Amino acid sequence: MDYILNPWPWYVAGPLIALCMYLMFYFGKKFGVSSNLETLCSVAGAGKVVDFFKFDWRAKQWNLNFVAGLIIGGFIASQWLAPDQSVALNPDVVQNLSEIGIQNAGAQYLPDEIYSLDALLSLKGFLILLGAGLLVGFGARYSGGCTSGHGIVGLSNLFTESFIAVAGFFIGGLIMTWLILPYIF
Amino acid sequence: MKYFKFLLVGVFFGIILFKAEVVSWFRIYEMFKFKSFHMYGVIGSAVVIGLVVMFLFKKRKLKTIEGNAVYIEPKKKGVSRNLLGGIIFGLGWALGGACPGPMFVLLGKGVIAIIVVLIGAILGAFLYHAFKHKLPH
Repeated sequence: MDYILNPWPWYVAGPLIALCMYLMFYFGKKFGVSSNLETLCSVAGAGKVVDFFKFDWRAKQWNLNFVAGLIIGGFIASQWLAPDQSVALNPDVVQNLSEIGIQNAGAQYLPDEIYSLDALLSLKGFLILLGAGLLVGFGARYSGGCTSGHGIVGLSNLFTESFIAVAGFFIGGLIMTWLILPYIF
Repeated sequence: MKYFKFLLVGVFFGIILFKAEVVSWFRIYEMFKFKSFHMYGVIGSAVVIGLVVMFLFKKRKLKTIEGNAVYIEPKKKGVSRNLLGGIIFGLGWALGGACPGPMFVLLGKGVIAIIVVLIGAILGAFLYHAFKHKLPH
């Protein structure tokens, strides 16, 4: 039981993620999360404003079920499968985060400076959360995939487009982490 | 109930992302700081096994549940769309510490603030399609 309750090492998680990808293709579909963002736009009636969203979202119900599963999986894991939700970070990172204004790094999964209710209810905190979402949603659909569609499936198929997209993920991530985050908090 | 199997794969994937701490903002920060192998190991080993899986699908050694050859949708060509879209995505990934999958997992964890991130992501997808004719692809 300890094997399940302790954090899972990368060499367990990575192959299991590949298994999830296999299962989605085995069931005749594909593996990708961010296209659900478009489906949810369509569900919300975006087809009235932008023609792209006029597709029949019912044809994407298999993927909405997959995403509903993600929510349930998060609930199950956080309630019953992870008694200790601290993250064993590199001490250098804890020190570095403290210097840029994020305290108690790794004490829990998420920093209070971004994800606490206090942060959510401040104007700056709200804009950080909304901005992060906007960038992820816009960028994922501009490039045509996220970490699952480009990162796992695309690279597994050796798609040139996915190598370019993943290089982009890293350029953007490095700019944010090294050049912008130090001045936000 | 014909979609129930997809829900189950989602539950499994969600538990993996949670238990491997992929949904932790700190793990994403640590990755972009090159201070831990963990995230590289997760993605890298998934891709190594994924390469084998995709190779076997293409060679018809693996088939779908109905016995058909698998259809792998090609990604859209274009350096601008993939690079610029990728960079914009990366900026948001490092800021919020969550890509789309983990957003839904964190919702299941009961993180209220992630609702704003998710609404932003849905809005972002909408804005892309509203303005895509003005963007380089």
